[in-house]
Amino acid sequence: MAEPPQNPGTATTGTEAGAFVFGVRTAFRSVFAFVIVFTYIGFGALCHDYGLSVGWGMLSTALQWAGPAQVILVTGLGPGTVLIETAVAVALSSVRFLPIVVSVLPLVRRENSSSWQLLVPVHFMAISVWVEAMRHAPGLPREHRIPFCNGIGTTLLGLGVVFTAVGYYMQSLLPAMFGAAAMFITPISFLTSAARNARALLDKAALAAGIVIGPVLALNHVPFDLLWTGIIAGTLAYGLHRVQRARAATTDATP
Amino acid sequence: MSELQSIVILVLVGFLPSEVWRWLGLALGRGLDEKSEIIQWVRGVATALIGAVVMRIIVIPPGTLAGVPLSVRVAALAIGFLAFVLFRRSAFAGVLVGEAVLVTGAIAFGS
Repeated sequence: MAEPPQNPGTATTGTEAGAFVFGVRTAFRSVFAFVIVFTYIGFGALCHDYGLSVGWGMLSTALQWAGPAQVILVTGLGPGTVLIETAVAVALSSVRFLPIVVSVLPLVRRENSSSWQLLVPVHFMAISVWVEAMRHAPGLPREHRIPFCNGIGTTLLGLGVVFTAVGYYMQSLLPAMFGAAAMFITPISFLTSAARNARALLDKAALAAGIVIGPVLALNHVPFDLLWTGIIAGTLAYGLHRVQRARAATTDATP
Repeated sequence: MSELQSIVILVLVGFLPSEVWRWLGLALGRGLDEKSEIIQWVRGVATALIGAVVMRIIVIPPGTLAGVPLSVRVAALAIGFLAFVLFRRSAFAGVLVGEAVLVTGAIAFGS
């Protein structure tokens, strides 16, 4: 599906409500609308498999809003599992939220935004909402960026909650391959959307370094492998970005 | 396990350990400037983490995805990415082709 060309500067009606609606439209046109529907049908069916209630599954989606962490929680609730180990695994799988929130906040917040006003948009932040926010928010007036993010977040999270229930009740109708296919949509959509957003050397190098270093640490059972990969690969990419910038400055200076 | 127990576990084991990173991000990111060096570095770390999460699900897959051979998982990711590059950098094309390869490969060589 080719995404229609957009001119975000004129895409809203100029009000906060208009920016929210633009966020809703952006969410429905995003690949993530499809990805969330597919992912959460799979998650709803998984909840059914593990004997949890449909309400529990929907609450998990609304509260956690973190696909991998939700799968870890459900599969870690069986008899004989140690809850503290599951809690640690959930925490380690969600480390990405920290840099995502830190990097999106300066882009969307206003001088007078209080922490309370930011708590809701921050809860919406996941790779899906972050990717769309980083892509479209710079073209919007600053006062419209938070309503825009809330529009994307409300839509995608709402789809997630509804399709958790759909998957729960469809569980017996789903083909055997569905669960595996639903789990695979997370990596393939994260990879392609992050690559699409990566225009600067910093982003391209960071994504590539994460892809190369991540499996090396994970397969060698390095503790906190995700955390270390993020720091090492992110720092390498930042270093390259500094080198590139310094070179550009030197070239500019010499006639 | 009663419904109430399972909801308490959801909040304590599922919600709080994950949400704490968002709150920490809010505390740390509030005062930073968009153009600052630290934000550039953090953006690098965030993007690197996406790459790391992608590969972790491929090499150490959760649940039923583990039933699909590693070679099929890697091929589906690589061919999906190639489709993304060839079809005007459309994430949607990458996802569809990747899924098609995964399902076909799993049926052909699968568990």
